[in-house]
Amino acid sequence: MAVSGGAAERPYGTMTTSAFLTAIALVAGAFYSLVVAAKAYDVPMAVHAWIFTLAFVAGALAIGNRHFTALQHRPGADDGKGYNDSVVKYGVIATLFWALAGMLAGLYIASELAFPALNFNLPYISFGRLRPVHTSGVIFAMGGNALIATSFYVVQRTCRTRLVGNIAPWFIFWGYNLFIVIAATGYLMGVTEGREYAEPEWYTDIWLTIVWVVYLLVFLGTLMKRKEPHIYVANWFYLSFIVTIAVLHLGNNLTVPVSIFSSKSFSAFSGVQDALIQWWYGHNAVGFFLTAGFLGMMYYFVPKRAGRPVYSYRLSIIHFWALIFLYIWAGPHHLHYTALPDWAQTLGMTFSIMLWMPSWGGMINGLMTLSGAWDKLRTDPVIRMLVVSVAFYGMSTFEGPVMSIKAVNSLSHYTDWTIGHVHSGAMGWVGFVTFGAVYCLVPWLWKRERLYSLALVSWHFWISTMGIVLYITSMWVSGILQGLMWRAYDAQGFLEYSFVETVAAMHPFYIIRALGGLLYLTGTIIMVYNCWRTIKGDVRAGEPVIANAAGNANASSGALAQPAE
Amino acid sequence: MSRFSHEVIEKNSILLLVLSLIAVSIGGIVEIIPTFLIKTTIEDVKGVRPYSPLELAGRNIYIREGCYLCHSQMIRSLRSEVERYGHYSLAAESMYDHPFQWGSKRNGPDLARIGGKYSDEWHRLHMADPRQVVPESVMPGYPYLARTPLDYTHIADDMKALRVTGVPYTDEEVADAKADLEAQVNPDADTTGIAQRYPKAVIRDFDGDPKTITELDALVAYLQMLGTLVDFNAYDSADFSQ
Repeated sequence: MAVSGGAAERPYGTMTTSAFLTAIALVAGAFYSLVVAAKAYDVPMAVHAWIFTLAFVAGALAIGNRHFTALQHRPGADDGKGYNDSVVKYGVIATLFWALAGMLAGLYIASELAFPALNFNLPYISFGRLRPVHTSGVIFAMGGNALIATSFYVVQRTCRTRLVGNIAPWFIFWGYNLFIVIAATGYLMGVTEGREYAEPEWYTDIWLTIVWVVYLLVFLGTLMKRKEPHIYVANWFYLSFIVTIAVLHLGNNLTVPVSIFSSKSFSAFSGVQDALIQWWYGHNAVGFFLTAGFLGMMYYFVPKRAGRPVYSYRLSIIHFWALIFLYIWAGPHHLHYTALPDWAQTLGMTFSIMLWMPSWGGMINGLMTLSGAWDKLRTDPVIRMLVVSVAFYGMSTFEGPVMSIKAVNSLSHYTDWTIGHVHSGAMGWVGFVTFGAVYCLVPWLWKRERLYSLALVSWHFWISTMGIVLYITSMWVSGILQGLMWRAYDAQGFLEYSFVETVAAMHPFYIIRALGGLLYLTGTIIMVYNCWRTIKGDVRAGEPVIANAAGNANASSGALAQPAE
Repeated sequence: MSRFSHEVIEKNSILLLVLSLIAVSIGGIVEIIPTFLIKTTIEDVKGVRPYSPLELAGRNIYIREGCYLCHSQMIRSLRSEVERYGHYSLAAESMYDHPFQWGSKRNGPDLARIGGKYSDEWHRLHMADPRQVVPESVMPGYPYLARTPLDYTHIADDMKALRVTGVPYTDEEVADAKADLEAQVNPDADTTGIAQRYPKAVIRDFDGDPKTITELDALVAYLQMLGTLVDFNAYDSADFSQ
């Protein structure tokens, strides 16, 4: 779609019609944002309109700059023919950056619960405003960037074709990170829709919708022009993650804005229906963002790093369809014994228990991929990280169905047990599979022979694992303790404890939890340092050499058993 | 594998997309749509009404500060909860809540029936420094609420937006929104209008500062009405069976 001229005179990166139209749209968006900034009802809306204006102007300038840079025929510049890995590199760096930011916010709010003076009576850092910064920071900022980056890397290799789109992949990367900046600054200023994990306000939601549709089109377009006959299993999971998140995001964020100049909106639904729709969304943010997407990651990086084919092709088919079909039903288990009708609670519980099976199908398929290569657990700390992540996936997907049983839930709900459960999934599964993928990707992308240091990967692994163990065990104890205290009766038949006594009992566990978070963050800092030195091209002296990339697997069981590249 | 092979799906990205979309749609449709259609989902009780303008402004602050992240507003139908907090929550009690604020975690106690349990004076002290009145509390302090004048320029716009979502505010209520808001914190004003439009609305100066309408006025007004609208003496539990 070059504007004119042959490929020889017009090198890749010069202006195309679509790039030109995008630039025009960005300029129009900048003008629109300026108008909103001028007429905003409230300060946060004005701040956000200015951020949008600056981002749109920067985007238009970047497109122009790209054109003129491409005209200079620099040696080694992207010729548009090989894989598009530049955008994946940006995604990896963004993943590392947001990992630090999200975990730091988490450590801080954990400390606030142990020592409330840390709120300093300041609105911007009070627990209620910082907590969404932590949850969105880790789930959507770190996790989202990791998913976008790895899906771009994986879909190109497994389809043996370049990512479609000229500037579309860049639009997705920058657009998604703009969404995160708007969402996070909004939380600090008190801009929220007031529903967990769906806090961004209406205009942020609209922006994400645009970015996400482009993401779906780029991913699907790349699948469609693949040079491999089969769509590799990792891509099934990535595709279902992308399309389901689109459905959930649209369904759960139907709101009525007070004005186009106001940051405030009201949910289209109320009360019991609003609660059900929110947890249909909330549980499937877990099911599709934090599970299906990261299973896609697992299905590429585990076989690749282990040099073994995926354990069972049939199991991957069965657990894929069962997982995506069953997950959607599980939401009501967040609303046991509430004003939600009993039939819906029971339905949610039943499907949550059934969900155990496809979840473990994924775990078995991931773990058993190591068969014939178990020795690598001893020698390769990256494989160790990936395998332990799958083990945590198995553990938390067993714990989840248990907690969805009404009798168990009557004890666990509203307590720290839930928080511990989420963190065994987020730190153990999502975190570790991401770190494993990052440790694979950094040398591959930057064309380094190996990581700077495998010993540092080991340190990261053990420090962070200890952090997770401290975190989840302290939350088990505090959650079950508080749940039991809430329902304890004395000899006269009165409730034994006042609420605040149960709060006071949490104090030591909150300190242990914060310590666990500190260890986990420390591990992440080690990883960032290791990646930085690897990108610089350094190799730590005196370490044994382990081949970085996996050798070719023994192709045996079916066309889909291993990634094409 | 002679008649159907999964290969067909594996080789067609659009088919894979469409079948995934169908697979993930069924559960949501089966669970969500009936709650809009089955009439008994929301109990038929008297007393639940839309929020008065001041209460609504207070609720906006409650959402802004993320109170729902530590406080639930949903008393479960369990003996220990009913004894601690009062009658279990009805779906009807949050029928005008856009969004719902049932919450998922109790770092602090449930607030579904906090209305009338503590004095305004207690709330003032507690918001300024929670540990003044509850030494073991881990709640952040919100002293700035008492210092910040309430911005209610757009309160009528809020009510208009809520009307689009289905909250039955009348034209009169929208037109008088600002006057009603000011009247609710000023017992000396003519309060017959607001008392009629919003039955059981608590009318008094909430923050101890009659000169200024502050964010604390609005938040305390909201907290003091939570869970007070339904007269449970008029019903027995059979009335709420679904």
